[in-house]
Amino acid sequence: MKYLDEFRNGELASIIAANIAREACPAGIYRLMEFCGGHTHAISRYGLADLLPAPVRLIHGPGCPVCVLPIGRIDQAIRLASDHGVILCTYADTLRVPASGNLTLMRAKAAGSDVRMIYSTQDALKIARDNPERQVVFLAIGFETTTPPTAVAIKQAAAEGLKNFSILCNHVLTPAAMHAILDVEGSVSLDGFIGPAHVSTVIGSKPYEVFATDYAKPVVIAGFEPLDVMQAILMLIRQINSQRNNGSAAVENEFTRAVTRDGNQKAQVLVSEVFELKDFFEWRGLGSLPNSALKLRPEFAGYDAEIRFGVDYVAVPDHKACECAAILRGEKRPQQCKIFGNVCTPENPIGSCMVSSEGACAAHYSYGRFREVSN
Amino acid sequence: MNINYIRPLDFKNGRIEMQHGSGGRVTAHLINELFAKAFDNPYLAEGNDGAVLPPVSGRLVMSTDSHVVSPLFFAGGDIGSLSVHGTINDVAMMGAVPLYLSAAFILEEGFLLSDLKRIVESMAHAAQEAGVPIVTGDTKVVEQGKGDGIFITTTAVGMVRDGITLSGNLAQAGDKILLSGPVGDHGMAVLSQRENLSFDAPIVSDTAALHGLVSAMLDSGAGLRVLRDPTRGGVATTLNEIAQQSGVGMLLNEAAIAINKPVEAACEFLGLDPLYVANEGKLIAICAPEDAVRLLAVMRAHPLARDAAIIGEVLADSHGFVQMITRLGGRRIVDWLAGEQLPRIC
Ligand code: SF4
Repeated sequence: MKYLDEFRNGELASIIAANIAREACPAGIYRLMEFCGGHTHAISRYGLADLLPAPVRLIHGPGCPVCVLPIGRIDQAIRLASDHGVILCTYADTLRVPASGNLTLMRAKAAGSDVRMIYSTQDALKIARDNPERQVVFLAIGFETTTPPTAVAIKQAAAEGLKNFSILCNHVLTPAAMHAILDVEGSVSLDGFIGPAHVSTVIGSKPYEVFATDYAKPVVIAGFEPLDVMQAILMLIRQINSQRNNGSAAVENEFTRAVTRDGNQKAQVLVSEVFELKDFFEWRGLGSLPNSALKLRPEFAGYDAEIRFGVDYVAVPDHKACECAAILRGEKRPQQCKIFGNVCTPENPIGSCMVSSEGACAAHYSYGRFREVSN
Repeated sequence: MNINYIRPLDFKNGRIEMQHGSGGRVTAHLINELFAKAFDNPYLAEGNDGAVLPPVSGRLVMSTDSHVVSPLFFAGGDIGSLSVHGTINDVAMMGAVPLYLSAAFILEEGFLLSDLKRIVESMAHAAQEAGVPIVTGDTKVVEQGKGDGIFITTTAVGMVRDGITLSGNLAQAGDKILLSGPVGDHGMAVLSQRENLSFDAPIVSDTAALHGLVSAMLDSGAGLRVLRDPTRGGVATTLNEIAQQSGVGMLLNEAAIAINKPVEAACEFLGLDPLYVANEGKLIAICAPEDAVRLLAVMRAHPLARDAAIIGEVLADSHGFVQMITRLGGRRIVDWLAGEQLPRIC
């Protein structure tokens, strides 16, 4: 296992910070969106905002799998567990996402539903094998990083003839969300993107090229270590400066130790064998977006829990005071929500952004809320 | 003919049966053959329901702790040594000299006698090394499926000298915060064993009795206000508890907090923050600023605190925030843990 000191070195960070301070034009403004929750977490965890000069503003993006799930999706999972008596398998973070009727998967579990926390799709398959008399549903969520393991699980289930296994599919696509951020009314104005780390190892850097060519937005793909983020910010500032001198935007790759232009083609083929585009998928905050998520191909449709159990998605509005939608569009900051920190806390999340450590509200609460009282 | 025959305990293949906890002859046999032999001391040898202990001159400190660790055996220790160290440390953190221990066992039917013997001998060894006898105890057996092999509850009694008052509510603005060594060893030793992870170097639990270190620190005459061992919830949780109890804030320097490389790697792999991972042989000390350097030297001279460091200071802050300057130079909160610390998914 590789040690991480070199990507968390304070001296290097201050050198990059000095370059950023020198090169960022004091009169200008640099609105940079870190798309991924992984970056949001790193920025908050290491207090990187303190290393940046005033003109550089970081805006949290929607790249947090749990945050973009609308309430109706969790409702579906709860219905599967409570009304259909399935064993519902899920990653830890989804357990505390607020659903309708003051429920969460955790509370449904406490009330007697069989909800089990798992670490990998393999755990879900094992539960299915061990409980042949029960139906087992895996709540599949996440961007392109988590899709290949789900595809593997589906193929394995098919090969083994596992009849009691299915998935509630919520696999979503990063480029679609980036399009939405640039297209959807009410979204923030941006000068550039810090591009995803793990997602890009799968899809490569090519899918972002359209944002440089058609939207003139620079994209720098960055690793999740704090120095990666600092370096990507510097690269973005250089691009934006050059753009302001009639240069053009480009996709750059800071994370060359893991990301190529074409990505992991094996994984891409695997995913396309099992999944196809879903016409529409409703995102929290971004609305119903065309071709923004995946569903199982017809030959695997038997593993689709929505079909198997006839549980349809029903849209449910967010809590009245919750600003998650605007936060996911980059339009508002967590501290602008009236109930941030007084009603909504990580122990008692009202919206999805307060649940996962990658959510903007949870990250700001856990790492940055002292700023609200000392300023 | 020996008409009082009892089948000898089979420490090779034997298992705990319900009758080992029934209070009858078989129970007595188990106690005599295993516990009394291993813990061997005059108080226990009297075989009474309670231990009658000599008078002491000083205030008494008493603390109790239950141990339910899984796996039972891990690199650097086992549930037996842990149950002795943990309770001794709780008493030591009050500035007391630990004097006596009691131990209560809840055994699950079917538990291997060989494992029990190993655990009891490890307890005996830990107690002897610490110089604190186990003077009374109890054993119960629960049916299969109603326990997790073995649970151990220990209680320690200690005595604190006049003039020593340590408490979590005594931290004052300006005080220095000292930590006795690298964080996260115990928790990651257990977790990496449980998850079957292996790293370049093995992760070994730091489980140890800290009363010797504490007594050296007290003897230094430094103005100690708080001592605490950052066990469950780790350094972050312990510091938040102290901040809340004392109504103060804190500012830590991440670069001063040591962490062993394999522990860092394991935490990274599992998505855990080492500041929240349990330690079983470390302590946090809060002391008057003018004494911090002297106290640090005393700690570093002790084998259990060679890597001790001053990791931060106490601030006046009505919000009770524990803040930290990160290794990168930014500032953040080191918060109470929300829910359980769980691996991230993406
Ligand atoms: S603080 Fe809570 S309620 Fe407000 S936007 Fe964030 S998650 Fe929603």
